[in-house]
Amino acid sequence: MNEKNALLIEGAFKEYYFNRFDLIHVPQRATEREFGYQKFNSGMIRHLVIRNDKELHLLLMKEIPSDVYCSNAYYTFPNLPMSEKDWKGADLIFDIDAKDLALPCRKDHTIFKCSSCNNSITEFQPHCPKCNSTKFETISVSCKNCISESKKEVTKLVDMLTSDLGVKKEQIEIYFSGNEGFHMRVTNNDYEPLGSQERADLVDYIMFNGAIPESFGIRKQNNSKTSLPTLDEKGWRGRIAKGLFPSKSKTPKISKEIISNGYSAFQVQLEEIKKTMGVRVDPKVTMDIHRIFRLEGSINSKSGLSKIQCNDLDSFDPFLEACLLGDDEVKVMINSPLQIRLKNKKFGPYNDELVSLPKYAAVYMLCKGLGNAI
Amino acid sequence: MLKIGIKDLAKYPFLTEAGEYLGNTGLNLEQLGHPDWKPIVEKAYGRIVVASSGQIYGSDLESLDNDSELLSFIVAIILLKSAGISTLIRRFSLAEARRAERYLQQDLWVSRDKKNLELPLKIIRDLFAVDVSIDNDEFVIKVPDYLQRAVHFHEKEWKLVNRRVTNGLVYLTAHETVRLIRAELGEYINGKIQSVNIESIPQGFKQRVDDLVLLAKKFSDTTYVSSEYPPCVKHGIEVLEKGENLPHSGRFLLATYLLSKGQTVDQVAPLFKNAPDYNERTTKYQLEHISGSSGSGTKYQCPSCEKLRSESLCFATPDCDGIINPIQFGKKRKNQ
Repeated sequence: MNEKNALLIEGAFKEYYFNRFDLIHVPQRATEREFGYQKFNSGMIRHLVIRNDKELHLLLMKEIPSDVYCSNAYYTFPNLPMSEKDWKGADLIFDIDAKDLALPCRKDHTIFKCSSCNNSITEFQPHCPKCNSTKFETISVSCKNCISESKKEVTKLVDMLTSDLGVKKEQIEIYFSGNEGFHMRVTNNDYEPLGSQERADLVDYIMFNGAIPESFGIRKQNNSKTSLPTLDEKGWRGRIAKGLFPSKSKTPKISKEIISNGYSAFQVQLEEIKKTMGVRVDPKVTMDIHRIFRLEGSINSKSGLSKIQCNDLDSFDPFLEACLLGDDEVKVMINSPLQIRLKNKKFGPYNDELVSLPKYAAVYMLCKGLGNAI
Repeated sequence: MLKIGIKDLAKYPFLTEAGEYLGNTGLNLEQLGHPDWKPIVEKAYGRIVVASSGQIYGSDLESLDNDSELLSFIVAIILLKSAGISTLIRRFSLAEARRAERYLQQDLWVSRDKKNLELPLKIIRDLFAVDVSIDNDEFVIKVPDYLQRAVHFHEKEWKLVNRRVTNGLVYLTAHETVRLIRAELGEYINGKIQSVNIESIPQGFKQRVDDLVLLAKKFSDTTYVSSEYPPCVKHGIEVLEKGENLPHSGRFLLATYLLSKGQTVDQVAPLFKNAPDYNERTTKYQLEHISGSSGSGTKYQCPSCEKLRSESLCFATPDCDGIINPIQFGKKRKNQ
C-alpha cells in the first residue's frame, strides 16, 4: 500500500482505537491465548500474550495495527515458539464468506484491476485491454444479497450445531467478519480437545461431504422402502427426507421412484441436496487448530469495517452497524466502477475523480484498492 | 460392586483384576517353568503363532478350563517380552484386542439385561474414558468421543456424515461400538506388555522364545516404489503449468510431497513460477520453512488423503488403491 494511503487509513484507525474501548475486549481465557498483529506495510508479529483489556488497549494505541488476531487455541505457554507452546485445546471456529458461496450477484460487484496499469475492468479478460498485462487483482465488495445469503448459511450452521451436535445456543458467538462474511466461535468443552483431523470430519458433516447412499437407505441392490429416511427423523437423515419428500402424502410414490432409479441416481440426488442444505464454510479455518483469528472489536484492513458481534442476526446490517470510523470529510481520488452503500448512503461510481467523502467511506475505498489519498 | 469372575478374566485377561486373581492363587514364574505346566507354555506359544498370522485365537469358554486361558495369556506375554521383537508384540496385541472385541460385542449385545452390560460398559469407560449409554436398542456416545476414534478408519461409512447424529450423540450398534475402540484396546494391551519387567525366564520357556525369534524373520517385508506421481499431485502441477491459481493448500501438498520424495527446495521452487502471484523470495522462504531448514525446524508432512478430500484436492483413481496418504502412492508390499 502506498505511504499516503497507509497514513490516511492509520489515522482513521487510530481515532477508533483511542475512542472505542467499549467495543474492544480480550476474549475469555485471554492469558492462555496467542495474540498477533500486523502494521501497515509490515509483516506479522505474533506469539504475544495479552492478559487483559488494559494491555490490549495499550497495544492498539501504541502500534495502531492494520489487523489484530487472537488464537482459537489455548496454550500453556502462548508466547513461546509453536513447537513449545503446549497446545491444550481450541474453540471451534467457522468462517462463512460470501466470496465462497458462488452467488450470481458476485459478478455485479467484482472488478479486475490490472496490476501494471491500474486499469479496472468489470468482465474478466485474460489480457488488460490497455497494457496487455496478464496479472490482475480481484476487487470485490458485498451487496445486500451477499450478506443475506451469508446469514442463511449462519442460520443453517447454528441449527446443525444445536440440534445435531449438542452445542447450546449460549455457547455460540456470531460475528460479522469485518469484510464479506461471518465468523462463528463455539466454546464447548467437549469439542475443545479435537485435533485437526477430527475437525475436518466435523466440517464434512456440516458441509455434507462424503455422504454415501447406503447411509440414507439405498444400497447397490435389494432396496426396500423401509430403510429410506423419514420426515420425523433428526440429523442428516431427517434433512434428506425433507429434501426428497415435499409432503407425507407424496412419500410412497417418490420412494418407489427413488428405488427404481437406483444407486447412482440417488447419489446425484444427494449431491443436489448438498448444494442447498450443506453449510458452505471455509474448511481450512475450522481444521486449523493453531490459527490466529481476527479479534472481535478490531478493524479489518480489507474494508475498514469492524469485526463485531451480531446480537440479532436477522436485523443486522454490517454496512451500518460495523461501519464505525469517523465521518469528517476527506478528499480522495477514487476510481470505482462499483457503487457502494455505507451508513445508508450511496457512494459512486466514480471515474478517476477527486471527491470529498466521509472518512469511513474514503477508508473503505482505499482499503479495497479503489482509490488513493492525495 | 461389580464382581468379575474367572470366566470374565478368561475373556479379558488384560484387566488389572487378572493380576489380582493370579496373586491370590500363589502361583509364581518359577513354578510355571515346571514340566507339569508345559501344556500352558505350548498353548501360549500357539496363541502367539495364531496372532502373528493375523488370525484370532479362539477360546471355548464353555468347555475349557478358564484358568489355563488366563495363564496362557500371561505366559504368552512373558515369551514375547523375552523374545523382545516389537512386530510380534504388535501383532499379538492387535489379535488379542480383536479377540476381546468379540467378547465385548457379545456381552454388549447377546446378553442384554442390565447385569451383563455392566462389565463391558465398565471396561470401555475405565480403559478408554468413553461413556457409552443405551437409547432403546442402540448404543450412543458423544460426538467428540466418536470423532477422536473414527477418524482413524478410512471406510466412508465411519465418516460422521454417514452416522445417525442427534443432540450431540452418535448412534451405534454393539459391533460398531466395540470396533471403535479396537485400536485403543490393542494399544492398551501393547502398553501392558511393554510395562512388564522380566529379569530371567525359566529354562522350560527358552526353546519357545528362540522359536519366536525365528518366526519374526518372516515378517520383514520389502517394498517397491513407482516413480509416478499420485493424481492429486499431478492435478496440482497441471494447474500451475496452465498458470492458474492453485490454493494455498494445493501448493502445500505439492511442496510437502515433492520434498518428502527427496527433491530439494531449489528443485521444487521453479514449479511455482507460473503462479499468478509468484514471488521468488517468498516461495523460497516458504519452501525452506516447510522443509524444516528454517523457522521452527519442523519438517511438515504431506497432508492425508482424508484432508485433501475435505479440501476438494483429491482426484483419486483406482491406482490409489486404498492409500491414506499420497506418499504411499505406487508403493506395494511384496509379501502380502
